[in-house]
Amino acid sequence: MTALLEVSGLSKAFGGVRAVQDVSFAIEPGELLALIGPNGAGKTTCFNMLMGQIRPDRGAIRLKGRDIAGLPPHRIWRLGVGRTFQITATFSSMTVRENVQMALISHKNASRRLWRPAAGTETAQAEALLERVGMAEQGDRACSVLAYGDLKRVELAIALANDPDLLLMDEPTAGMAPRERIELMSLADEIVAERRIGVLFTEHDMDVVFAHAHRIMVLNRGQLIAEGAPSAVRANEQVREIYLGSSVEAGAASGEGAS
Amino acid sequence: MTASAPPPVLEARDLHTYYGGAHILADLSFVLNDGEVVVLLGRNGAGKTTTMKSVMGLVRMRAGTVHLEGADITGEEPHVIARAGMGYVPEDRRIFGDLTVMENLEVGRQPPRPGAPAWTPERLFGMFPNLAEMRSRPAGRMSGGEQQMLTVARTLMGNPKVLLLDEPSEGLAPVIVDQMAATIQALKAEGLSILLSEQNLHFATAVSDRAYIVEKGRIRYEGTMDALAADAEVRNTYLTV
Amino acid sequence: MGDFVVTLLTGLSSAAALFLVASGLSIIFGVTRIVNFAHGSFYMLGAYIGVTTVQSIGGGAVGFWVAILLAAVLVGLIGVAMEVLLLRRIYRAPELFQLIATFGVILVIQDVTLWIWGSEDLVGPRAPGFTGAVTILGQRLPEYDLVLIAVSPLVLAGLWLLFNRTRWGTLVRAATLDRQMVSALGVNQRWLFTGVLFLGSALAGLGGAIQLPKGGADLLMDFNIIAAAFVVVVVGGMGSIGGAFLAAILIGLLQTFGIQIFPNSTLILMFLVMAVVLIFRPWGLLGRPEIPGHGVVEAPEAPLRPAGRSLRIGGALAMAFLLLLPVAHLIAPSLVGDFSLVLTIEILIFVLFAVALHFIMGPGGMVSFGHAAFFGGGAYGAALLVKFADAPMEIAFWAAPAGAALLAILFGWFCVRLTGVYFAMLTLAFAQIAWSIVFQWGEVTGGDDGILGTWPSDWASSRVAYYYLTVGFTVAGILAMRRILFAPFGYTLRAGRDSPLRAAAIGIDLKRHQWIAFTISGAFAGLAGALFVYSKGSVFPTSMEIARSFDALLMVLLGGVHSLTGPIVGATALTWLNDLFSELSYWRFLLGATIIALVLLLPDGLAGLGDSWAGRRLGLASPGSESGAGPGSGSGAGDREAPA
Repeated sequence: MTALLEVSGLSKAFGGVRAVQDVSFAIEPGELLALIGPNGAGKTTCFNMLMGQIRPDRGAIRLKGRDIAGLPPHRIWRLGVGRTFQITATFSSMTVRENVQMALISHKNASRRLWRPAAGTETAQAEALLERVGMAEQGDRACSVLAYGDLKRVELAIALANDPDLLLMDEPTAGMAPRERIELMSLADEIVAERRIGVLFTEHDMDVVFAHAHRIMVLNRGQLIAEGAPSAVRANEQVREIYLGSSVEAGAASGEGAS
Repeated sequence: MTASAPPPVLEARDLHTYYGGAHILADLSFVLNDGEVVVLLGRNGAGKTTTMKSVMGLVRMRAGTVHLEGADITGEEPHVIARAGMGYVPEDRRIFGDLTVMENLEVGRQPPRPGAPAWTPERLFGMFPNLAEMRSRPAGRMSGGEQQMLTVARTLMGNPKVLLLDEPSEGLAPVIVDQMAATIQALKAEGLSILLSEQNLHFATAVSDRAYIVEKGRIRYEGTMDALAADAEVRNTYLTV
Repeated sequence: MGDFVVTLLTGLSSAAALFLVASGLSIIFGVTRIVNFAHGSFYMLGAYIGVTTVQSIGGGAVGFWVAILLAAVLVGLIGVAMEVLLLRRIYRAPELFQLIATFGVILVIQDVTLWIWGSEDLVGPRAPGFTGAVTILGQRLPEYDLVLIAVSPLVLAGLWLLFNRTRWGTLVRAATLDRQMVSALGVNQRWLFTGVLFLGSALAGLGGAIQLPKGGADLLMDFNIIAAAFVVVVVGGMGSIGGAFLAAILIGLLQTFGIQIFPNSTLILMFLVMAVVLIFRPWGLLGRPEIPGHGVVEAPEAPLRPAGRSLRIGGALAMAFLLLLPVAHLIAPSLVGDFSLVLTIEILIFVLFAVALHFIMGPGGMVSFGHAAFFGGGAYGAALLVKFADAPMEIAFWAAPAGAALLAILFGWFCVRLTGVYFAMLTLAFAQIAWSIVFQWGEVTGGDDGILGTWPSDWASSRVAYYYLTVGFTVAGILAMRRILFAPFGYTLRAGRDSPLRAAAIGIDLKRHQWIAFTISGAFAGLAGALFVYSKGSVFPTSMEIARSFDALLMVLLGGVHSLTGPIVGATALTWLNDLFSELSYWRFLLGATIIALVLLLPDGLAGLGDSWAGRRLGLASPGSESGAGPGSGSGAGDREAPA
């Protein structure tokens, strides 16, 4: 049986600096896999290769058995990969509903229609998605006036518009208050379980990582140095030294308290 | 609250800041006493960054006053405020990626303040040993943690009296966060007064003397870190973990 | 062999002026983020002032060079004056708005130059000591060419030292990356800006003065050099002085060798080289992708709403006015003269042109500096069909937008690979190439004499009939583009402008959509061109020149980029103003001064007033919205401009 996503030997160098070196891993449907590591460890490079923003030097990225390495982002999305960004990326001149409609229109390959107004297209489905992330009441508001936590929810709704099999979330809770973090991740948990979506996410908040990840990978200087269940990774001496530091006790304690 | 004898090193009174029609800061006031580390706590969008930028002159306030060591700096331009002794470390680092570490420090260099030893690259390398090893590396090719240290070092080159640190722990690995906390304590020992903004209560508690809780552009709570730690109700209302 | 070497050296010498102008343009843009349209004017001033200073003090060998340097310094000071009196007051305005100001400066300088030095071309003085020629492998080469060859590397080295070995240079490089941060570190931006304007302008002035012994001075120098300088900057890479150096040499060589091999197609060659460079290096030889600067962040545009009551009423009134004007003309010809119909036709044509440009500029976020290529492309397309195929108006009218669309498909394929100012400069370069083809290819296009005799068919030949035809096409064109903007395609276009990252992450092939939009816009601009050519009965290369492109840009910017009605208002106002001033002898000066005054009085733009009002109505003022509208959103998005 082939995994949902299977990455093998992924490598990328920038001007002689090896950003990502021979990284291999796999994700199964319904699994939440966290990618953690110090700043500059290569997490973002890794992410951008999966999403097609950067072309890998070497290695294969197989989505449902098909190699997608080097495809442009818009084609990778069409194969069933959704994405949320570290700093939210939404269409600021549109309403919340229009943002979701955009994704649906694109999903239906209707983005080149020149005549029929966009306002009436895919409304019901957009409403349903907004309902799912708890943003239905704010559908008519401009995205530019939303609170940050709400924007993150809109992003999630957009990312779900093409019924993805795989969701890539880059620091999904960055810039959010503790309560919002928990709410957003719980929502993600539910949706992932419902739809059997595989999720890969990066995160610096260890509370979030240890409370929500099914499995954790640790990247350092472009290489995977540990991989496994949260408890195993937390106990790993090398990981504690280069990444977790002393704050892991406090972080883990409050994380458990919250979940 | 405020000690009566020496004026606070930084005092902001009744700040009002708007973006377009949006009222971002409403009647926001705080003081920072000499040698103190004070934290503005609040969630994203509460107005912490805008407070810092208003104080620094990077955004226009519609009303309010800011005094630095007793001198009115309200409405001054950023470079005037910086030269008056305010150091600003933005949340998104904003290092000059094409410039080397040494050149980044050079951009920050300002004349020393009388009565205090001037910050020099050598002295800063003592505090940030990592940077010493990469003097001529373009800053854009350093890791996020190294860049964060460089922004602090760059600001110190201006020999500030007050340091504004906007979310210094955001997006950093836990070990780097520990280093940042140690740095803040070391700077406090050097006599700097520091205003930081944070969402990370754990980190804020480790480094701060007092806290203001900001929500929707207003101060909702003010007290020492000990008082805040004891006040479960306030924490539950504004900072729920 | 001798031929080859001499041609090579001639090419290198002709690169000098190009390099000086292009590097100055690049330096000024780097720090101020202003594309200084007036840079060509500074070059021209350098030449004219140089003629005067050399006449005054330039008798001897030393005096000549002192005079040349003095001219450069004087032009530098003019640049400083522009910065202090004009640009400094509007740094807080949206960046594009500042373009308008420098365009006003071009017009003012044109007429001031005309007034001081007259309309005759001036012969450049010769450089004492370098009046002869050297013989290389049996071929003669002017000695002065060798001087020019030495200038570029010397200036390049000097600039390198300045930027890498002085504190000022370090600060300038830092400000190029993030000028607000530089000011927050205690550096007075004003000082940097003024210094950079001096340096950049003086380089342009030096370029103008130093080529005097070869080229002299004339009133067309400003637009001629600016187009070439844009090509150099695009090929070399924006912001890269070394790139400008390489590209200037490349273009210089191309021009001299090209003239020998293909005497009539030098510009096509330049186009080909630029195309090849951009296919392999979209950011130029030594350039890098545009840095989204920490500049002014404009308030987010409000969501699109169907026409409200006031717009419907306004539209209906405008329509009624348009339909009834000829009736009034027939009833009371003394009150509503023939001329009011002529003027209204002209206004309508430019309204259509401006709306077409706005189609990509506003919703598409693609600023074209060279949209006259399509306007003129349409006009020439129709005229050529008449000239060579004797086509009736009915056919030519459809051929014009089709031809313009084909041109847009070709140009667009290259342009949409770039963004921001790179895109803008490339459009200008293409437009200039199109203009040059029309201008140079006399056998087909008539060159400067244009094509005459393009009159409407009989049924449309009366003034009133053609008026209604113009009303019909313009209104239909505007409504069609509006309809497209409300359709999924228009939404997709705006989505790509708002966040290219997110657009790609929801499966949108943005470049393809932008290419289609560019083509649609080109087609409607071509339609406007066809209306134009039949209203005048003739077409000349002026319909494609830079000034025409800039006019359209001005219309859109003055009217307001963020409003669908903005270009209509802007085009009407500007065409009317143009007409008002055109009778006067120094009309350029008046128009330029009016533009500058408008910019100074309304630094937020004509539409800025309406925008804030609309923003309030749409609830943008809700409390606690910092994350979207302000600095809370992180990255560059929330960084407001520091008081400069």
